[in-house]
Amino acid sequence: MRKYYNRIDRIAGNVATLKATNVAYEELAEIEGKAGKSFAQVIRVDGDNVSLQIFSGSRGVSTGDRVSFLGSSMRFSFSENLFGRIFTGGGEPRDGRTPLTDNLVMVGGPAVNPAVRLMPHRMIPTNIPMIDVFNTLVEGQKLPIFSIPGEPYNELLARIALQAEADVIILGGMGLKYDEYLYFKNRLEEGGAMSRSILFIHTASDPVVECLQTPDIALTVAEKFAVQGKRVLVLLTDMTSFANAMKEIAITMEQIPSNRGFPGDLYSQLAARYEKAVVFEDAGSVTIMAVTTMPGDDVTHPVPDNTGYITEGQFYVKNGVIEPFGSLSRLKQLVNGKTRDDHRAIMDGCIQLYAKCRETREKRAMGFEMSPWDHKLLKYGEAFESRIMDLSVNIPLFDALNMCWSILAECFEPRETGIRSNLTEKYWPKKA
Amino acid sequence: MSLIGKIVTIYGNMVTAEVDGAIRQNAVAYCKRSDGVRLMSEIIRIRGNRADMQVFELTRGLKAGDEVEITDELLSLELGPGLLGQIYDGLQNPLPLLARKVGRFLEPGHYLPALDRAKKWEFTPVAKVGDVVRAATNLGKVPEGIFDHYLMAPFDLAGDWKVKAIKPAGSYTIEEEIAVIEKDGQTRSVNMIQRWPVRIPLGFYETRLLPTTPLVTKQRIIDTFFPIMLGGTYCIPGPFGAGKTVLQQITSRHAEIDIVIIAACGERAGEVVETLREFPHLTDPRTGRTLMERTIIICNTSSMPVAARESSVYTAVTMGEYYRQLGLNVLLLADSTSRWAQALREMSGRLEEIPGEEAFPAYLESSIARFYERGGIVKLHDGRIASLTIGGTVSPAGGNFEEPVTQGTLKVVGAFLGLSYARSYARRFPAIDPLESWSKYKGLIDPQKVAWAHSFLRKGKSIYEMMQVVGEEGTAIEDFVIYLKSELLDTVYLQQNSFDDVDAACPPPRQKKLFDMVCDVLAYPFSFADKEEARDRFFTLTERFRNWNYTPWDTPALAEHEAKIRECLTPGAAQSKEASHA
Repeated sequence: MRKYYNRIDRIAGNVATLKATNVAYEELAEIEGKAGKSFAQVIRVDGDNVSLQIFSGSRGVSTGDRVSFLGSSMRFSFSENLFGRIFTGGGEPRDGRTPLTDNLVMVGGPAVNPAVRLMPHRMIPTNIPMIDVFNTLVEGQKLPIFSIPGEPYNELLARIALQAEADVIILGGMGLKYDEYLYFKNRLEEGGAMSRSILFIHTASDPVVECLQTPDIALTVAEKFAVQGKRVLVLLTDMTSFANAMKEIAITMEQIPSNRGFPGDLYSQLAARYEKAVVFEDAGSVTIMAVTTMPGDDVTHPVPDNTGYITEGQFYVKNGVIEPFGSLSRLKQLVNGKTRDDHRAIMDGCIQLYAKCRETREKRAMGFEMSPWDHKLLKYGEAFESRIMDLSVNIPLFDALNMCWSILAECFEPRETGIRSNLTEKYWPKKA
Repeated sequence: MSLIGKIVTIYGNMVTAEVDGAIRQNAVAYCKRSDGVRLMSEIIRIRGNRADMQVFELTRGLKAGDEVEITDELLSLELGPGLLGQIYDGLQNPLPLLARKVGRFLEPGHYLPALDRAKKWEFTPVAKVGDVVRAATNLGKVPEGIFDHYLMAPFDLAGDWKVKAIKPAGSYTIEEEIAVIEKDGQTRSVNMIQRWPVRIPLGFYETRLLPTTPLVTKQRIIDTFFPIMLGGTYCIPGPFGAGKTVLQQITSRHAEIDIVIIAACGERAGEVVETLREFPHLTDPRTGRTLMERTIIICNTSSMPVAARESSVYTAVTMGEYYRQLGLNVLLLADSTSRWAQALREMSGRLEEIPGEEAFPAYLESSIARFYERGGIVKLHDGRIASLTIGGTVSPAGGNFEEPVTQGTLKVVGAFLGLSYARSYARRFPAIDPLESWSKYKGLIDPQKVAWAHSFLRKGKSIYEMMQVVGEEGTAIEDFVIYLKSELLDTVYLQQNSFDDVDAACPPPRQKKLFDMVCDVLAYPFSFADKEEARDRFFTLTERFRNWNYTPWDTPALAEHEAKIRECLTPGAAQSKEASHA
């Protein structure tokens, strides 16, 4: 017997408070009134006062609306039927097809026991040299893309999704512009990846509470597929919107803010999501790539700062390229020793030379004299930028390594590269 | 004896219960979900008949009116043989066993005994019938790995007791009686298990001593320039990506110490996985056994419940104190104390306490101080010296050392190893900033010599900064040579390649030898015709020092490399230039 409540005492922000009994913490409720029907979740129980976070927002909600509790926390249907489907951040169909109700699973379960985790050990090829060669993506890794609005981070994300060999692609969009959503949808459809993709899209015009649920639903589904043995790639964009949504709710709940208005548990909340990245001992894996836009290009802003402490490296997308300095894949050492024997040497050598080229450019800008060595470096820098760093370059790892060798050969003598001589002897391109 | 209360409010991981009767602060309580699952909690505030509790699990599904069982026992650990090599969560649940029993996920409400009940230990009595014993007097011992694990009279004994009976040598499980003691006609059975509340320091010793013996980490920059001591404390603050965790891992591998306790507190699970997958395969050079046999991992990673994170550092430090009580030297590595401080902040916020700086509670500093003060070197009642060294990483927001956790920590530690992003970015590892860091301890090498060598780093830096403005051509050759000397010291002494088998660990004799050689270069009055010649000579020197660093000790090749270094320090060293190109 479902019990109905007809009296809401208080509505503030997206939170409604009413008197109710026998209500469980984090239980789901339904609010029905003139504004339509919406789900809500219990976020505080104080005696018989129950606070609900209304998913669709409190706009138009009346104190006389009818509230009922559903007897469980949030659940979502999990099955193969999810493939090719598009949902809102709250898990409602966005593609006009029927809602799914079979095999409901709990959203946001407990953490994985560290004892059943494996060390990530498999490279994810993306055909982007700046990733494959210099900061290899590893299965089971969690890696953010730090960027600023206007940079092509979503394009990069879409390309990684299409080119990475993953069994399942899950996209969690938070605060996306509508055309960004359409861009992702079109890219996945054109690339023929829609049949292994599931999209959870919260657009900027959707209720803010749904933004909070997007990563939870996306990661719950990902985790379930991984347990079945699938290799899942989760793309989240943009986690800063998620953090801002969290800030909004925290302030409505009168929580004491810690840093620039963000709640004190920002780190724990972000970590709870990112830590879903895993390689299971005897099942599949979850890899997470997430965009974090940095307000004002400030990496010390609480969202990128906390993210950096949680994730295993980061890609900086700046001026349309993956910036080699500051970008880091903490796990690359686990895989790049097993690809080709020149991989690590090229990775270090090319970046060191490129760093020297940047120093030379600074010197040039300050009007110091250019030596022959400086001219070599300048030539190298341009070749490296246009043939390796450019994001439109699309070649597999070995081709990229060969490309690096030919650029080096065009600009330098073998001993000037600082690469071990047994490697230069083996790989240095012979003059035609 | 436990009381039954009723839940009134639930907010995040804080639950308030109403209860009639005497409630003890920091006592353990269990919130009973309507499906029967019991969630472990701790009482952290009492107001009238209302007890505020932090719940160590997800509180999802709890209802107002649900029952709470409030015990009289403080949050305690089970201590005894069998802790070594284990992987526990913050509440001392053995994680591998939990995975076998419960599955891949840490479902709420499952608690397992920390120590193996079935394993038999080879017991040798130490005390005799009629002996007078007090709390922590040794009664007997069992071998645990390479150590003698002493079994002590219960820690909660008051006054002098007499041994009434003691078991002969033989194998017993930890629950079997090994002795009976009596006092005033009262008798008490003793087994191998001790219990101790985590928030109360454990220490039965005669006196605390001043730390005077260096703890050798085999990292040159630490042992020579910023030493740490057995029984001392140190902290490693640094922004993300500067290599805090890697430094902790290197230390846990190479430190010359009996026991290492790693408290992974609110950090990535992946890092713990690296340790727990690799340590069983790595050999401890001192004992020839695997590193795992001297290690305990307390693992409460960032996605595990935050209240248990708060208690996990106390769990770790209590185990450290216990092994110190056994007469051993223990190193506790806490990564990261900032996550622990954040856990304090989250609870403080839920308790609606008046916030201090950056919303941290006002008692943050005293909590940090109390934690570090639990370390120390002590003289036990039987005269043995034992120590607990505490090293904590700090993850300052935005890499800014002015924030409350870093500042609160700096006041109470003996050494500060500040990591800098600039050094990590320049691939200068370990990325400890030699100009920011300090240590109050005396290391392996004469402090005056160290200070003299260190002065080159400061001079070198200011010359480098000057060169950025006036260019190389505007710098005097004397200054340029000082700059090259400081770079050499940095490159071949401060930096260490943790991927190289030899260079990864530099034992004290090797450090002293290398330090003397580097000092000879620093002191040598070079005279160069021009900067190109100077740069070239130092390139050669750097390369030859590197070869020395990568060559094993006690091999003839090492002497050859040394001779080649010395060659560069002769007046007519021009031929060395040819040699380097050959």
